[in-house]
Amino acid sequence: MNWIKNLCFLLCLSFFVTCSINQPADNSSGIPFIDTGIDSAKWVTIPAGEFLQGQHKHKTTIDYDYEIMRTDVTNAQFATYLSEALQKQAIQVADTGIFAFHPGEPFDNYKHEKEIKAGDWLLMPLGKPGARISFESDSFRVEPGYENHPVVMVTWFGANAFAEFYGWRLPTEIEWEKAARGSDGRVYPWGNEIGRNQANYYSSRHLFAKLFGKRTITTPVGYYNGKKYGDFQTLDSPSAYGLYDMAGNVWQWTGDDYKDTHLHYMRGGSEANYEYNLRTWARNNASPDYYGINVGFRCVREKKPEMNAP
Amino acid sequence: MQLFLQRFNYLFQSTKGLVLVAISLVSMVTALFGMLSGPMVEWGIRDFVVDLFNMKLLAEEREGRIIMLYHTIAMSVLAIEVYFITSIVPMKKHQQSTINATITFGYIIALLFGLKFAYFGHDFVYHGLFLLGQSLVFFAGLLLAAALWPWNKETYVTNKDYAHTRRGIDLERMAFFVMAVATLGSAIFGAVTASYWGNGHETFLAEDLIREPHKNPLQLAVIGHLHIMLTLIAIAITLIVGRWLDFKGMFHKISMRLMIAGTVVITLGVWAVVPYQPIAHKIIYVGSVLVMLAAFFLVVFGWRKLIHDRLQELGIEKGGFWKSLRALLHDPLKFGPLWQMVFMNFTVSGVGIFMAINLDKIFRVWPAREERITLTGHWHILSAIIATIIILYYADICGLKGRVRQWFGWLVIICSDLAFAAVTVFSMKRLFVQEIHQAAVVNWTMLLADFGLAMVLLIMALLLLWRLFDLFKGSGLWKKEFDNPELEVEKTADVSPYPHIPQQGGPKS
Repeated sequence: MNWIKNLCFLLCLSFFVTCSINQPADNSSGIPFIDTGIDSAKWVTIPAGEFLQGQHKHKTTIDYDYEIMRTDVTNAQFATYLSEALQKQAIQVADTGIFAFHPGEPFDNYKHEKEIKAGDWLLMPLGKPGARISFESDSFRVEPGYENHPVVMVTWFGANAFAEFYGWRLPTEIEWEKAARGSDGRVYPWGNEIGRNQANYYSSRHLFAKLFGKRTITTPVGYYNGKKYGDFQTLDSPSAYGLYDMAGNVWQWTGDDYKDTHLHYMRGGSEANYEYNLRTWARNNASPDYYGINVGFRCVREKKPEMNAP
Repeated sequence: MQLFLQRFNYLFQSTKGLVLVAISLVSMVTALFGMLSGPMVEWGIRDFVVDLFNMKLLAEEREGRIIMLYHTIAMSVLAIEVYFITSIVPMKKHQQSTINATITFGYIIALLFGLKFAYFGHDFVYHGLFLLGQSLVFFAGLLLAAALWPWNKETYVTNKDYAHTRRGIDLERMAFFVMAVATLGSAIFGAVTASYWGNGHETFLAEDLIREPHKNPLQLAVIGHLHIMLTLIAIAITLIVGRWLDFKGMFHKISMRLMIAGTVVITLGVWAVVPYQPIAHKIIYVGSVLVMLAAFFLVVFGWRKLIHDRLQELGIEKGGFWKSLRALLHDPLKFGPLWQMVFMNFTVSGVGIFMAINLDKIFRVWPAREERITLTGHWHILSAIIATIIILYYADICGLKGRVRQWFGWLVIICSDLAFAAVTVFSMKRLFVQEIHQAAVVNWTMLLADFGLAMVLLIMALLLLWRLFDLFKGSGLWKKEFDNPELEVEKTADVSPYPHIPQQGGPKS
C-alpha cells in the first residue's frame, strides 16, 4: 500500500505546486498604454428595420435609425465628463465617491423590488480597489495606461448621468442587441464561433497577465481589431455594424426600466465570464447602485452625425 | 456464447449487475460530457473531444443540450434507485423483474438517443426515442408504485421494531410508496410543460429566470419540476440508506412518519407553485423541515449503530469519546453516506437558508450571474452528494474489504467534500473577498473542485475497471453476485417472492 501513499503524496504535491503558479496581483499602478487605432469618439448608425431577437430569434422591428458608440465609454471620456460636470456643479465629490441627483423611478412595491427614491445616488466610488479614476488636487486623474480602457466601477446612475449630461441615453436592450448582432441572428457580434483572439473573456485571461505583466481585468477598447500586439495576433472582430467590444471585456448597462423590478440589465459579458455569457442575447442585471470591476457602458443618441463623444 | 449469455444475464437480470451497468453508464456520460465545460474549455480538451466524436454543438442550443443531458443522467440515477428499492423492499419476484426490465430498457433508450439527439445532430426520430425511453421509465414508476402498495396485508410488518400503524401497515413501505407516487406526479408536472415545447414553450434554464418578477405558468412548472425531482431522488436515497443500515426502533418510527408527511407537504408545495406561487415557498419550507428532521433521526440512529456494532465487535462494553469516535469512523463506506447527509447542510441547506434570509440585503445587490452561480452551485452539490452516497453503497455491495475499503471510502468522502466545499466558497466569494482580489480565490477553489471531482471519478474508474476485468474471469465476483443477486438487508416484512406459494416453500432467489 506504500506506493498508493506515495502516489497520493505526489499528486497532492503537484496539485499545490500548480496552484502556487498564480497570476501576478493587480496591486501596482500603471500599465503600458496600447494604442489600438480604434477611435472611441466615433458613433455608428444602426438603420431602422427588422432583426432576430433573443436566443429563439423572434422577429423584432426597430422602426427608427439610431446611433450608438463604436466602443464602450473609456476612462478618459468618463474623467472628462466628471471634470465638466463638476465645473457645472452637476455632481458632488465626497470621500467615498462621486454622487449626483437622480429624480427617482416609479415604485410598484412588488416582491423584492427596491425603491429608487429621488436623491443623490452614487455614480462611482473613489479609492476602491479596481477603480481607474481618482480625484486628486481637485481634478480627476486616470491611472496611466488605462486611458483607453472601458470605464469600470460605474453604477447605472453613473452611466445614466454621463449619457444625460451630453443629451444622450443608455441603449434599450433591443437597441443594444440589434447593434450587436445585426439582422442575421448571429450568436456573437462577429459570427457564430468564438476564439481567444476575438474577445476578452474568461478563457483568455492568462494571456493578459502575460502581455501586460499583470492581470489588468480590461483590455483597451477595440483591442481585437486584427492588429498584432507583441507576438499576439488578434482577429478583427467588429459587430455587423462595425462596433467593437460588444462581447466580452465589460458588461454594459442598458437603459430599460421594467415594471415591478428596478434591477437594470447589462449585456455583452465580461472578462470574468465563459463564452456562453458573451452570446448576444445573454443578460445580466443588478441593482442600479451596483458597481463592479467589469461593468461599463456605451450610449446611444438620435441620428445626429455632427455630434462626437468627448 | 454461453459465457457471453451468462455475463449478459448477470448484468441485466441481477440487481447487482443492473446497478453496475447503470453506474458505469452514468460514469462514462459524466466523464465524457464533463469534458465540454469549465476548465476543459480553456485547456482545449473540449475542442479535442468535439472533433474526436464529431459532435455538433451550436451555441444557441446549449440550454437544450444541457437539459437533455440532465434528463439522461437523472433517468439512470432513478433506475439505480429503483433497482435498490425492488431489492430491499419486500415484493413479488415477478414485480421486481418486470419493473427492472422496463426501467432498464427505458433509461438506456433515453440515454442513448437523448444524447445522440442533443450532441450529434438533430434527427427527430432520436428525439422520439428519447421520449419513448422516458415514457418507459414513467411506466416502470407506475409498476413500482403498484408493487409498493402498502395496504396489501402480506406486506404488513412482521417485526414490530419497524415503523407501523396499529393495523401493521409498514410505514417505511408507505414512505417509499408516497415518494414513488409523488415522483410520478412531479414527472407529469414537467412532461405537461414539455408537451408545449415549440408551441408556446421555449427552452430555458431555470437559473436564467431567477430575477424575472413575472414567470408564466409553464416556466413555473419547469422550475417546480426540477426542484421536486431532485428532492424526491434525495428522499429515495435517504430511505434506501435507512434500509441498508437496518433503520428501526423508536427513531425509525418517528422518522418514517416525518418522512411521509414531509414528502406529501413538500410535493404539494411545489405543485402549488403554479397556481399559488406566493404561499408555495412557505409550504415547501414546512415540508423541508419535516424531511430534514426525518434524515436527522436516521443519522442519529446510524451513527449510534455504527459505534455500538464496532465496540461490540471489539468486545468493548462501553467506550469513551475517543473510542466511540474511532468506532464511528471505522468503516468509511457506512459512515460516509450519513456524513454526506450532514455535510449537505453546510453546502446546500445552510447556503440556501442563508440566501433566503439575506436575499434582498446581499444577493439581489450582486449581479444576477453571481446569484446564479450560487444557485447552480448548491444544486449541483446536492446532485453530486446523492451520487457519492450511491457510490459508497455500491462499494459496500461489491464487498470491498480491508485497506481497499478504507482507501476507497475515505478518498471518496474527502475528495468529494473538498470539491463541494471549494464550490461553496467559490460561489460565496463576494462575501469574503473584494472583487479585484478574487482571482486567487477563483483559481484555488476551481482547482480544488476540479481536483476533488477528478479524484472521485478516478477512484470510480478504478472500481469499474476492476469490475470490468472481473467479468473476464470464469468464477469472479460477478459469478458470486449472480448466484446471490439481491442486496443483503433486513427486510421489514416476509413476503413470498412468488405468487400463491408460501414463504417457506418458495425457491430461494
